[in-house]
Amino acid sequence: MLKLINVSKTFNQNTVNETKALKGIDLKVQNNDFITIVGGNGAGKSTLLNSIAGVFGLSKGKIILSSNDITDMPEYKRAKFIGRVFQDPLMGTSPDMTIEENLSLALNKNSKLTLKWALNNKKRKIIKQNLSEIDLGLENRLDTKVKLLSGGQRQALTLLMATIIEPELLLLDEHTAALDPATAIKIKDLTQQIISNHNITTLMITHDMKDALKFGNRMLMMNHGDIIIDINGKTKEKMTIDHLLKIFQKKNKQGFYNDRSILSLA
Amino acid sequence: MSLGFLITSLEQGLIYGIMAIGVYITFRVLDFADLTVDGSITLGAAVSSKMIIMGYNPFLTLIFATIAGGISGSFTGFLNTKLKIAPLLSGILTMTSLFSINLRIMGRPNIPLLSDDTIFDIFNVPFSLSASSELILILIVVLLVLITLILFLKTKLGFALRATGDNPAMVRSMAINTKSIKMIGLIIANSFVALSGALICQYQGFADISMGIGTIIAGLASVIIGEVIFGSEKLYFVIPGIIGGSILYRGSISFALMSGFAASDLKLLTALIVIVFLSTPKIKSAVGGKFNVKAN
Ligand SMILES: Nc1ncnc2c1ncn2[C@@H]1O[C@H](COP(=O)(O)OP(=O)(O)OP(=O)(O)O)[C@@H](O)[C@H]1O
Ligand SMILES: [Mg+2]
Repeated sequence: MLKLINVSKTFNQNTVNETKALKGIDLKVQNNDFITIVGGNGAGKSTLLNSIAGVFGLSKGKIILSSNDITDMPEYKRAKFIGRVFQDPLMGTSPDMTIEENLSLALNKNSKLTLKWALNNKKRKIIKQNLSEIDLGLENRLDTKVKLLSGGQRQALTLLMATIIEPELLLLDEHTAALDPATAIKIKDLTQQIISNHNITTLMITHDMKDALKFGNRMLMMNHGDIIIDINGKTKEKMTIDHLLKIFQKKNKQGFYNDRSILSLA
Repeated sequence: MSLGFLITSLEQGLIYGIMAIGVYITFRVLDFADLTVDGSITLGAAVSSKMIIMGYNPFLTLIFATIAGGISGSFTGFLNTKLKIAPLLSGILTMTSLFSINLRIMGRPNIPLLSDDTIFDIFNVPFSLSASSELILILIVVLLVLITLILFLKTKLGFALRATGDNPAMVRSMAINTKSIKMIGLIIANSFVALSGALICQYQGFADISMGIGTIIAGLASVIIGEVIFGSEKLYFVIPGIIGGSILYRGSISFALMSGFAASDLKLLTALIVIVFLSTPKIKSAVGGKFNVKAN
């Protein structure tokens, strides 16, 4: 279980550029939750995921993962339990290394960095099998450098790298936003398949309200560094985009924004 | 062109090639512009020559020179990863400090080894081929370096090193501390550079406090020539290719000397070669443009 207690993040504190990106977030994520997160540009969604992953320290608050306080744990140590996929398909892989070399790094995630061979036949077999499950034909291109792959193929590979050693928590930040519509649908299905096959607790940011309602068992809406809507189960299943908008209008008292544009529906 | 000229270029190219491989590890594999090299090559020569005149076995001095080089690399790594000093400046600081340290080690600016045994005096091939035992010894050392490095780059740690230069954020997301990896890369690279320095001083018969000046540019020139000529896709080709690049580089330098350039013009010539290579779009794309990335 993941617990955020009064988590705040202010960028450029005490300068003219001060930005309160997160304002005292309290959040309890149950094991096996698949949470979708929506909100306008600058709402703080990425900052929330970056805080959980440890990209930067918090201004205030605590993060507990499986009853360990990880607030001050460096990013690379948290990565043992956290898998991530970003919007930019270039961010998740090493372009100059081959498909199998990239995946071997993922397979070695929880073992010591030693002078043992990074790849052997046993590992190649595991890699091949996992690649054939995602059904893109990559299992026959183990020796191909990743820089030669398409964005969609890379994103599928990144997803596999993030989950080949099952993480306690999977963080997805608009991971299909840079792909063409057909490829995006494929990667979304693949995401769904991997998450439900392994029951991975997941937070997924999306700008697509339909996806936010379609996927997962719980949905958060963020605005100006706060979580303003948190629905799950039956409430989420019955929720419609129009109804969401109404709740949003009621909660967003500042009113001078065009709500449709904030939610990227315009 | 005489055979002697060719053999000398070949031998020098091989020895300096070990230094170029060090430069390749930091600049290309790790994507860390490490300027420690100008100091660590002299450090290798200083340790080796000093130990030789103190009466130690010249082969043994190679090991100590290598270790000393590794320590100097770790200092640059410390400045960068712990004190957060930029890579370029970290290297320059170590290089500058090494000038004083090297002078301390040597006790004077120049140590001649003419009356002492070097590895080239000790090692003799049992069959008699004229002037061949030097070349054979150098070839053995270079081969050992090549094999060690290629094997290392296939280990888990080696993969982490390659990926860190390529995409450090991804490496962190794979639960690897990229700071330690940088440190390890700098140690390995400068060990090679210092080993090269130790071999150079024994080969030429003296160590000199200023012998390291311009080494980094010579190293870069060798790496670039190697990559352009021998391709840069597969590791097994690239790494021996750099030795090839170093040999071609030394050959062209010797050629320039023979065609009337003064020895003091060579640094300028080398810099010009590197400038031309780095500004030619076709060549740039062949070497991936990586050397230009850090321009701003
Ligand atoms: N590293 C940073 N330094 C300074 N300000 C930042 C940084 N990261 C984010 N911010 C600011 O924090 C606020 C929240 O940004 P964040 O990236 O979390 O928004 P988001 O909800 O992910 O938006 P988007 O939908 O555009 O991705 C924004 O005002 C942003 O400018
Ligand atoms: Mg974002």
